[in-house]
Amino acid sequence: MRKILFLFAVTAVLTLSACGEKPQDHAGIRSDQPAAAGTGVAAFTADGWKAGDQASWSNHLKARANYGMNDHLRAPK
Amino acid sequence: MARMKFICDAERCIECNGCVTACKNEHEVPWGVNRRRVVTLNDGVPGEKSISVACMHCSDAPCMAVCPVNCFYKTEEGVVLHDKDVCIGCGYCSYACPFGAPQFPSQGTFGVRGKMDKCTFCAGGPEEHGSQAEFDKYGRNRLAEGKLPACAEMCSTKALLAGDGDVVSEIFRSRVVQRGKGAEVWGWGTAYGTAAKQGA
Repeated sequence: MRKILFLFAVTAVLTLSACGEKPQDHAGIRSDQPAAAGTGVAAFTADGWKAGDQASWSNHLKARANYGMNDHLRAPK
Repeated sequence: MARMKFICDAERCIECNGCVTACKNEHEVPWGVNRRRVVTLNDGVPGEKSISVACMHCSDAPCMAVCPVNCFYKTEEGVVLHDKDVCIGCGYCSYACPFGAPQFPSQGTFGVRGKMDKCTFCAGGPEEHGSQAEFDKYGRNRLAEGKLPACAEMCSTKALLAGDGDVVSEIFRSRVVQRGKGAEVWGWGTAYGTAAKQGA
């Protein structure tokens, strides 16, 4: 009787082990380099900012957006 | 930290499709795939309105939520990108997206439903910045070149605004304040002859 119980327990453990949770702590898909890191291709890179400097890149894009898109700012008053 | 956003000014958009052309040219997008398109409501009826639509790079992106292989990620600037090496081309993102942004090329991997392609906010993808591999899979990485998306920079009426959310919302706000509201708004009066509002 004990043997049967033992075998039943071992079988139950083995069969139910597949129902367990898999670890979900993987890193996910690889992420990108920050855009502020630049491309390293000087021919296509806009002037006025320093690659690798987040603040410089951010300020450059803000200035570019205002210059290129804010016509109310550029139009004579 | 910048949060990149698009806004399309429906009062200025003239349905020229310059943004669509700029996008296709900049990224050499294949035939049949439109990362951006212009949608017109009440086409041909006086008072019609057009807006340019692409991926809106949602803060809580439904495509990211439904992707079964978790191929999406968000950059530090809030741009929603995806990894084409992980994408299985199932199309769930297409069903989930309220803007119809995900596109499926009819050639390449998986035949008639290829790997998903969408607007990258000109931010490339998960490859080395400026590399040929990045260009082939995702298009040019203009953000890393210190430029804004080609569609917005090429927009002839500056209807399409792209950039840091704070900046584009301030540009849009200043326009709305100066042009007032109703049928006398800037674009309508200029195009159809109604007297433009003073100072607009």
